[in-house]
Amino acid sequence: MKKIYSRIEAIAGNVITVHAGGVRNGELAVVRSAHGSSLAEVIRLYEQKVSLQVFAGSRGISTGDRVRFLGHPMRVSFSADLLGRIFDGSGRPRDRGPELDENMIEIGGPAVNPAQRIIPRNMIRTNIPMIDLFNSLVESQKLPVFSVSGEPYNPLLARIALQAEVDLIILGGMGLKHDDYLYFRETLEKGGALNRTVFFVHTASDPIVECLLVPDIALAVAEGFALQGRKVLVLLSDMTNFADALKEIAITMEQVPSNRGYPGDLYSQLAARYEKAVDFSGAGSITILGVTTMPGDDVTHPVPDNTGYITEGQYYLKNGRIEPFGSLSRLKQLVNSKTRADHRALMDSMITLYAAFKESLEKKAMGFKMTDWDRKLLKYGVIFEREMMDLSVNIPLEAALDNGWRILASCFSPEETRLRSELLRKYWPSREGGAD
Amino acid sequence: MTKGRVVGINGNMVTVEVAGDVTMNEVAYVSCAGKKLKSEVIRIRGRLAEMQVFEMSRGIGVGDEVEFTAELLSVRLGPGLLAQVYDGLQNPLPELAAQCGFFLERGVYLSPLDEKKEWPFTPAAKPGDTVTAGDALGTVPEGIFSHRIMVPFQFREPLRVERIVPAGSYRILDTIAELSDEKGNRFPVTMTFTWPVKRPVTCYRERLRPIEPLVTQIRIIDTFIPIARGGTYCIPGPFGAGKTVLQQVTSRNADVDIVIIAACGERAGEVVETLREFPKLADPRTGRMLMERTIIICNTSSMPVAAREASVYTAITLAEYYRQMGLHILLLADSTSRWAQALREMSGRLEEIPGEEAFPAYLESVIAAFYERAGLVRLRDKGTGSITIGGTVSPAGGNFDEPVTQSTLKVVGAFHGLSRERSDARKYPAIHPLESWSKYPGLIHAAGTEYARDILFRGNEASQMMKVVGEEGTSLEDYELYLKSEFIDSVYLQQDSYDPVDAAVPTERQRHVFRLLFTVLISRFDFHTKEMARFFFNQLRQKFLDYNGSPWRSDDFTRYEDEIRAFLETKRSGEDEEGGRILKQLGGESEGNPS
Ligand SMILES: Nc1ncnc2c1ncn2[C@@H]1O[C@H](COP(=O)(O)OP(=O)(O)OP(=O)(O)O)[C@@H](O)[C@H]1O
Ligand SMILES: [Mg+2]
Repeated sequence: MKKIYSRIEAIAGNVITVHAGGVRNGELAVVRSAHGSSLAEVIRLYEQKVSLQVFAGSRGISTGDRVRFLGHPMRVSFSADLLGRIFDGSGRPRDRGPELDENMIEIGGPAVNPAQRIIPRNMIRTNIPMIDLFNSLVESQKLPVFSVSGEPYNPLLARIALQAEVDLIILGGMGLKHDDYLYFRETLEKGGALNRTVFFVHTASDPIVECLLVPDIALAVAEGFALQGRKVLVLLSDMTNFADALKEIAITMEQVPSNRGYPGDLYSQLAARYEKAVDFSGAGSITILGVTTMPGDDVTHPVPDNTGYITEGQYYLKNGRIEPFGSLSRLKQLVNSKTRADHRALMDSMITLYAAFKESLEKKAMGFKMTDWDRKLLKYGVIFEREMMDLSVNIPLEAALDNGWRILASCFSPEETRLRSELLRKYWPSREGGAD
Repeated sequence: MTKGRVVGINGNMVTVEVAGDVTMNEVAYVSCAGKKLKSEVIRIRGRLAEMQVFEMSRGIGVGDEVEFTAELLSVRLGPGLLAQVYDGLQNPLPELAAQCGFFLERGVYLSPLDEKKEWPFTPAAKPGDTVTAGDALGTVPEGIFSHRIMVPFQFREPLRVERIVPAGSYRILDTIAELSDEKGNRFPVTMTFTWPVKRPVTCYRERLRPIEPLVTQIRIIDTFIPIARGGTYCIPGPFGAGKTVLQQVTSRNADVDIVIIAACGERAGEVVETLREFPKLADPRTGRMLMERTIIICNTSSMPVAAREASVYTAITLAEYYRQMGLHILLLADSTSRWAQALREMSGRLEEIPGEEAFPAYLESVIAAFYERAGLVRLRDKGTGSITIGGTVSPAGGNFDEPVTQSTLKVVGAFHGLSRERSDARKYPAIHPLESWSKYPGLIHAAGTEYARDILFRGNEASQMMKVVGEEGTSLEDYELYLKSEFIDSVYLQQDSYDPVDAAVPTERQRHVFRLLFTVLISRFDFHTKEMARFFFNQLRQKFLDYNGSPWRSDDFTRYEDEIRAFLETKRSGEDEEGGRILKQLGGESEGNPS
């Protein structure tokens, strides 16, 4: 039985300090106050002075409250019983189900040995042309959706989760609006995916420290399943809230901020989570799809900026569409050579033409004379946005490729597409002629 | 041995109360749950030593025991380093995986070199010889190289060879020679020794100015912003602009003996590509596997931060060791910003007064000292060896006006700046041709590249103007200039890293193709309309791209070149005189016919 300490010496932000001996870095404790009890984690030690971060926050904690050390770091129960369940950021049930305490595993464990990873090779189909055709999602990829707040990023995540061919879905919600949380639950339930989903949800009204725990707890569970050979998809929404929680705590700890108030280790903190995405040689995989809302639509803001440096590309969500520019799947080249012979070339050609369309659009807006070529591009751009970019389009990759050819044929003559002759011979639709 | 006890823990910094002497940068082990965790002393205040722990610090408690080793953070040198994959502290990752499985278990440190392997040793020194640090005692074959077994770098005084073993098979820990100093002290020497990573190896005769181009087979680099053997360069660029891909193709194609890849705080996945592909890829220069001349030091972003700081020093020390054998080494560090951030994290924990963006005030001198370890040197045996360092920089917000980029630009010899605009337009490699610079000589006569650069510059101006006044408002002359600059960009500056032929363009081909490009640049045309000019250049570009994709001197290559020249003649009305003179300086075969 561990000793109980009942003298809290300092309370600042969410951090309390007690005098105690025999305590280890990262150890968990229970703080019991008049308002209930909360877990707390040791974050700094100096001689007998122990600083703890209180998960439920320090509001209502009194200097006379009691602290009991548990002798182990933060853990989560891991078993198939988790499936279909909903928990909060510190692993307590949010549904009416029972508490789980079997097979407790540590969270925030060590990194995977790079020598044990394999080169990603499987495409995850989503039936969204802007993803499947232009920026293929790959098993074990870590990829955020960059988005301005107000964009339908949660519906996009939910839809990908439902359509992706994965075994399990783990949703980590950080600062999630309660409505969004309900939306996720209902959508996955309707799609019949609830029994292969685990939720770890921190809502905007929950204590901030619990927000910090969500990615670690979700990823620890994902890792457990992946080691059992399952393909796991982890959805993290919204990582900007996670970064803001880091910032808040760093400031209370009086750390020197590096960039717009964020701590200097923001990169390492984010990377430690995203790098959990992995394809184990001889076991399962973890794919991470996150949301990073960009304050003021500014990609250079520290959170999207650091995220961009860590992740393997991003989907740029703007005006309800995944933008062709700014979106980049860095792993697409590993899979799109194996889908269909025309995939890569068609992707390149359609994007180049769409870029040319944007230029013509600009010229038009400046009042310059439109050439025949400009007019063809203007026609193409409109069709492209409607039939490829619109998020309501829901078709398999092959249908999207076929449609791509149809779109090109309805706007251009074959040579104008800059596609190689052998592809043109094979795929160019014969009915339509050149431009009309 | 000095001992101590933990009194404080803050992140990966541990404060230790010491009983006895401690040295700055000394290695110590913190005992924690039956494991000994490697750490390094980074500040000493009275009886208190502050140390960075190279592992996760979870579970360390006040009162835990600390053992000091009296050794500085060092690497082990000797035959068998090539083809290895190490973490930042020279722990061999595949062996670690064999022992610990999927995850990096802390507190497990394996021997960096195979101690059981037998090496066929051939002596080069004989009893009675006088030798000193870095002199060869003998050699063993390591892959394609003759690996010199050298007098350990610590012995700076002349020593006498007392005894040396005859040719035969030995293991690295076997004594192969005995040396003695003036006082008669005897020193047994094996094939391996350690060297502190933060101390440069300087057992050479003199440093030389780097002037010989290091051919990367990337056109925009070799022709316009070259690097030199023994020189330094940096690649700053926003995320996704192509820094890593650029380093990956360089690591395959650069004309050096050994490539050391320091994957410093970046994605594990990227290392995996190298790790899994290099053992299968043949090196066109030697016919052997690329891996045989590569060392990977990999401390990826989720591995402990303190070891990240050490990793670049581990890499440069291994490079210095091989340079001492008269070899040419290329060290590619991706990304130096992550290393700088590791410094920043530690500096924050030490509560030092922060400089700009919270980087420590000594950032600039640390970066300068690192790049200073590159260089072309003349060895004591008159041979030369070189280390070239290429580091990527990941500036916050893609803005080069930040401390790491700026400190790096002050010390490097070439700057390859990647631009978001070019990478968005999928113009790879996305090196900005006008903003980047190099102080080194390139493959092509400078008059030629200056001429081409001038067209790029003026063409770019014309294009800017055109955005304002429209195509109608632009003169045919300016329009032609614009088309020429676009032409240089699309057929020469851009290069397809994923195309089997275009990915690597050797010196001879680069010179040849540049002359053909130059012939186009100096041509005068009689276009009547812009439409006609654009049509012409579109056609020409298509042919040139096919030409770039044809194997050197193949039938297709010759045919496309003939086609290009014939097509050029259809619209060519003359040539710029100055350009014509420069073309002659570019030398090579007669300009009419390549065959
Ligand atoms: N030379 C190239 N040819 C074709 N595609 C390229 C080239 N360079 C980069 N790319 C594309 O851009 C993507 C990102 O490149 P890369 O990973 O090198 O960026 P980076 O600058 O290293 O980014 P970060 O700073 O985030 O590490 C690649 O996955 C690839 O799709
Ligand atoms: Mg990179």
